[in-house]
Amino acid sequence: MTLTKLSNAQIAWRAAQDIADGAYVNLGIGFPEMVAKFQPPGRQAIFHTENGVLDFGEAPPEGQEDWDLINAGKKAVTLKPGSAFFHHADSFAMVRGGHLDVAILGAYQVAQTGDLANWSTGPKGVPAVGGAMDLVHGAKRVAVITEHVTKDGKPKLVERCTLPLTGVGCVTRVYTSLAVIDIEGGRFVLREKLPALSLDELQSLTGAALLLQGDVGDLIVPEL
Amino acid sequence: MDKRIATLAEAVAGIGDGATVMIGGFGGSGAPIELIHALIDRFLATGSPKDLTVINNNAGNGHVGIAAMIEQGMVRKMICSFPRSADPRVFTERYLAGQIALELVPQGTLAERIRAGGAGIPAFYTPTSFGTDLAEGKPVAEFDGRSYVQERWLKADVALIKAELGDPHGNLTYRMAARNFNPLMCMAAERTVVQVSRIVPLGGIDPEAVVTPGIFVSALVEVSEPQQEELLNRAGATYP
Repeated sequence: MTLTKLSNAQIAWRAAQDIADGAYVNLGIGFPEMVAKFQPPGRQAIFHTENGVLDFGEAPPEGQEDWDLINAGKKAVTLKPGSAFFHHADSFAMVRGGHLDVAILGAYQVAQTGDLANWSTGPKGVPAVGGAMDLVHGAKRVAVITEHVTKDGKPKLVERCTLPLTGVGCVTRVYTSLAVIDIEGGRFVLREKLPALSLDELQSLTGAALLLQGDVGDLIVPEL
Repeated sequence: MDKRIATLAEAVAGIGDGATVMIGGFGGSGAPIELIHALIDRFLATGSPKDLTVINNNAGNGHVGIAAMIEQGMVRKMICSFPRSADPRVFTERYLAGQIALELVPQGTLAERIRAGGAGIPAFYTPTSFGTDLAEGKPVAEFDGRSYVQERWLKADVALIKAELGDPHGNLTYRMAARNFNPLMCMAAERTVVQVSRIVPLGGIDPEAVVTPGIFVSALVEVSEPQQEELLNRAGATYP
């Protein structure tokens, strides 16, 4: 069967394959949280949440929530053997201090320079930033998971972000609904693409040049 | 030394008009609902305190806690990182009508500014927000080839805190993720008032388990079985 593009679950699955056993990982609120579900068998990452828990578990059954035990998205979570609590300054020391192995975030736009825009779509309404600007600094790898294009078909991978920036030169890898792309030396380097998609087609959906370095792998993801 | 006080009303007495108030909690977790509501009671009875600057991660949810303070017109300015919530209408309407000011601070910067305020560090450099709109007007410096933004400490006249156990010296423990901003805010206010679920005698908290040492605490009041903002909101509660 030919896939036209990956579902969100499939993008999350692909990102999860690159997380090592024992890695300390922060998943952004919303779509990135899905990555936790797709850890390969035998690997167990330790998840960090900004409000002050390391190694938290899944959501409890409805009715068994303890509202003192939530994640950064303010959803109820559970503890695992080996969990730890800490205050907010320690939590963001973990973030900015280079102690996280991976941070995975969503994006409105990613530039070939690694600039990320994911917190604001402009001056309308009430601005809210949360921990996004902190999370893009300090993790050893800052990865983005995203649709390759916007709902109206515009590229999300661009030469330069036009939306307000979250951080400058911070993203190292992008997992999209069509491809896996690294950011190296201010360029998008194509690592994997859906086999059914030609290079030209992928380039036409991308707002900056895709560099080829060595083989481009097939992006193959199970049905989920 | 005995920092215990008997009533919530006594706990929030002495907070004046125009005061800067740090309020602990992340969303509803760790939010000192009873202290906040006691402050609202005082405002409704006396017209004071008003024109408050409130420092919290959020800007209220529903119609209880900080949202209720805003709804009553006690708050002039919010300093927070994420003024959105499941039901942010109270803040949103006033903000869009220009009736309340907002200083938006990245979450980790907010925590560190409060920590710095409590630790006597007037300013520090962070990579967070470099090159973004939130760094506008702030000094920038390069250290070891990377650029950083200067941020200043945050201090308050009063901190309203929720903790789990407290002893008469003000030594505190917290409950799970309700710790969040509370220990930092304890350090950064002129006067730190704490509601605890249980007051225990001196020696009742293992010194190894103390999270906030009593030196950072001015007064504590027992509120057994404190209310949870999340549950109040799910029940559609409003205050008063």
